[in-house]
Amino acid sequence: MIRAGLHALLSHWWRHPFQLVTLMLGLATATALWSGVQAINAEARASYDRAARTLAGSERDILVARDGGDITLDTFVALRRAGWQVSPLIEGRVDTDAGPLNVIGIDLFTLPMDDLPEGIGTFGGSPDFVAGDGQLLVSPATQRRLADAAGLPPRVSLADMPDAVAYTDIGVAQRLLQRETFDRLVIAAPPALNAPPLSQVAPTLARRAARSGNDIARLTDSFHLNLTAFGLLSFAVGLFIVRGAIGLAFEQRRGVFRTLRALGLPARLLLGLLVAELLVLALVAGALGVALGYVIATLLLPDVAATLRGLYGAEVDGALSLRPIWWATGLAIAVLGTAVAAAGSLWKVAHLPLFAPAQPRAWARASDRAMRLQAMASAGLLAVAALLGWVGGGLVAGFVLLGALLVGAALALPMFLSVTLAAFARLSKGPLAQWFWADTRQQLPGLSLALMALLLALAANIGVGTMVNSFRATFTGWLDQRLASELYVTAPSEADAADLRAWLDPRVDAILPIRSVDATLGGAPGEIFGIADHPTYTDNWPLIEAGPDVRDRVASGEAVLINEQLARRETLWPGDTIALPGWTEATIAGVYSDYGNPTGQAMVGLSRFDALFPEAPDLRYGLRVSGDTDALARDLQAAFPGAQVTDQAAIKRLSLDVFERTFTVTAALNVLTLSVAALAILTSLLTLATMRQPQLAPVWALGLTRARLGQLELLRALLLAALTFVAALPVGLALAWVLLAVINVEAFGWRLPMQLFPRDWLWLAALSLLAAGFAALLPAIRLSRLPPNELLKVFAHER
Amino acid sequence: MLKVEKLKKSFAGADGPVPVLRGVDLSLEAGHTLALTGDSGSGKSTLLHLIGGLDTADSGHILLDGTDITTMDDRARAKLRRNSIGVIFQQFNLIPSLDLAANIAFQARLAGTYDADWTDELTRRLGLADHRTKYPEQLSGGQQQRVAIGRTLAARPRLVLADEPTGNLDETSGAEVLSLMLDLVGDTGAALLVVTHSRDLASKMERQLHLRQGVIER
Ligand SMILES: Nc1ncnc2c1ncn2[C@@H]1O[C@H](COP(=O)(O)OP(=O)(O)OP(=O)(O)O)[C@@H](O)[C@H]1O
Ligand SMILES: [Mg+2]
Repeated sequence: MIRAGLHALLSHWWRHPFQLVTLMLGLATATALWSGVQAINAEARASYDRAARTLAGSERDILVARDGGDITLDTFVALRRAGWQVSPLIEGRVDTDAGPLNVIGIDLFTLPMDDLPEGIGTFGGSPDFVAGDGQLLVSPATQRRLADAAGLPPRVSLADMPDAVAYTDIGVAQRLLQRETFDRLVIAAPPALNAPPLSQVAPTLARRAARSGNDIARLTDSFHLNLTAFGLLSFAVGLFIVRGAIGLAFEQRRGVFRTLRALGLPARLLLGLLVAELLVLALVAGALGVALGYVIATLLLPDVAATLRGLYGAEVDGALSLRPIWWATGLAIAVLGTAVAAAGSLWKVAHLPLFAPAQPRAWARASDRAMRLQAMASAGLLAVAALLGWVGGGLVAGFVLLGALLVGAALALPMFLSVTLAAFARLSKGPLAQWFWADTRQQLPGLSLALMALLLALAANIGVGTMVNSFRATFTGWLDQRLASELYVTAPSEADAADLRAWLDPRVDAILPIRSVDATLGGAPGEIFGIADHPTYTDNWPLIEAGPDVRDRVASGEAVLINEQLARRETLWPGDTIALPGWTEATIAGVYSDYGNPTGQAMVGLSRFDALFPEAPDLRYGLRVSGDTDALARDLQAAFPGAQVTDQAAIKRLSLDVFERTFTVTAALNVLTLSVAALAILTSLLTLATMRQPQLAPVWALGLTRARLGQLELLRALLLAALTFVAALPVGLALAWVLLAVINVEAFGWRLPMQLFPRDWLWLAALSLLAAGFAALLPAIRLSRLPPNELLKVFAHER
Repeated sequence: MLKVEKLKKSFAGADGPVPVLRGVDLSLEAGHTLALTGDSGSGKSTLLHLIGGLDTADSGHILLDGTDITTMDDRARAKLRRNSIGVIFQQFNLIPSLDLAANIAFQARLAGTYDADWTDELTRRLGLADHRTKYPEQLSGGQQQRVAIGRTLAARPRLVLADEPTGNLDETSGAEVLSLMLDLVGDTGAALLVVTHSRDLASKMERQLHLRQGVIER
């Protein structure tokens, strides 16, 4: 009985291979987009983890030389003797035959083991690590690369090591780097209670707070959250296709189900067979999807990696490794998605009446009811979204808002289209126009899933596009303001700095010192900058909030400026006060935007800064140059080889490059979701085509050519796409607003002004018309070539 | 006004073309009625479709007021269907997305011969006045056929073709619908060709023809 039943059920797919392909394709693309994005995320996270382990001691406070130079062995010994639990560290690049290698020298006896990559402890513990030539601990890939390199100590490979880095004993590292000093001292444990203060033991050193590892994690988390949201959206779009295909397959097999039941197949067995069938389909399509997702991820990962590196300084290896966990999660999500998409259809089968009269319009009437339910659910969701936009706080609320907005809007689409089409029908005069609108309206139940998918894809496109473009516009404007100096130079030491200033004085218009100290601001690590009273700052400073007389009050040292992140985090605005070291009640004169910086910042007039922090190094300068900047930069570098000279254009180029990369990623994802939506339209139209013959045949018989009907079909698809675009525009802008004003503020601490890019909309509108037109072309051509016999069959009594 | 000469039509079968019409000749004058009978599968519908410009013949001629429609292209035949011929099928004549009033007015408006008074009168005489805002699926089979008749006559075509217009109705309502159709066709002065199985219905027409094995039996 099972075999017979299965045969009857599966024969449907043989006769409708196209439906099977649709179903598989929908499920596979949905899974692919989802697992591709997940793969990128997972790979990036794995990279951070590896990277975090290379920054030996990055989570502890460190001591560095105030002048940015080296630390001598004497200083180290003096500190240890005084009871300071410090461990020396040296880092540098060795050029080998097989390319550069970053060597990190550590002292295993003083450095806490948990700062190091796993496994170093055991290997490091072996006498060979410190004795003789020592050892280099490298990743397997690096070991292969260095296989023939001469002049290096023996290599030992460890699985968890990052690439292109070698850990070795500090003595070995000093020998390789040809240095006798250290770069920094890690404070491995709090100093002994009776230890004298740093200023007494080692006055040349400064303590720097731990680079909080959370910053990168938090910033990049937001990026990944965006990607995940995108992946989820794509998956949802794909599910619309699956839902449509399953619904149709079940609808068409209702007769078979009924016959099987009437022949004695128990309902439960029938249901079991259907579930098994879907499970097999989901697994096959899921496997296909994971493989496809891997391809997508491989193609996108280099750009994502570059984005993350540029935007947040987070390192991601550009290579992808295929992890078993993906297969598991990819297949799981495919099965889950199928279950969600099929739940309604399965429920219907379970409650199928054995002998029911044929109800040709029942489907349409049921969809009327469904539309009303959808409209209600949509109203509820949009209300939730509005409420959250009004009072909600926190990242989670932001994402709930996002989800409610998108799903609510998608559910409202059929209602919107129906009402709009009814209005058009009322306005239209000719019989053909009237029929066209009415008939278009009648297609909505069959097309609404595909159109919802299109709406989501378009809204995501508009939303993300607006966000990224707003960000770029704001950011470039901001860069122009912030990087007003033509050249930036950092001197290697205070002594050099004095020479540098003397050398520069006759050659440039202005030398603007950039001095800073690390300090606690509003309870979190931050920086305080001293700024000169110069039009470069005062004319260009990107203030987003300002009190009266900002310029004078900051210059005279009466008041300070803080950055937006700090202002939002601590709710400090012009007129409020903030505590700085040595200045408990500094009045805030203005707030400036400071994109890309995770920490709080304050700016103090240079004279006041000098008084507060006399020991702050004076090494960095912004230079205003009116002549040939390049020539000056060359001369400067020649005169001071140790100085670091950067020109403004290079920094801007770097920053903008990051954006282009971000664009590539978002654009690629956009195109992918849009094509999935187009696929949904195509499959819906093709499956609707057979159902449409009874609707079209009378019109044809009354005097329309098949070619004309085909044209109208095409026009209909274009029209529906255009209307969907019109609906998607406000949704997309709302989405952009949520991203810019809610998600960004929660995740990054700054709010970007939203800008509109109508030209992008036109482009997108054209693209969606193209997608719909492309999807409708095949069904339209098929209709215009349909033999009259097929249409006449509609009227024959064999139907 | 209608003249059919040596009309042939075959359909593709499993072993080559299967002839259905093997040279049909008939004629019908304006304002006259004609019944076409024949066994199932004898080719009645096929003939009707060819005359109505819905399908193309293999050879022979169909002259409508002297114009040969067998040589027309798709577009010209569509125009012909719109302006000169009204076809009533056994079922599924109506446009499901339009309500009754729009369905009745559809062909007349498409042909540009819409006359509100005449359409109103038709609607009333067909007993459909109370159902103007209903959609086809909300109407009974008899009502649907009456709408189809109303729609055809509202456009005032010169030739009305009906393929078993009452085949799906019970005997009484079938007779009722047919006599109503005969009355109304008489009022418009159109020629009427009705395909039917029923001798009873056929006898109500002025002339009867019988189709057998692809030719008109004399
Ligand atoms: N599209 C087609 N393809 C192949 N054969 C066809 C097609 N349409 C009709 N036929 C065949 O042509 C013959 C005539 O069909 P037609 O529908 O004209 O018969 P009919 O006289 O109208 O019969 P009925 O009284 O049952 O309606 C039949 O044998 C039928 O099988
Ligand atoms: Mg017939």
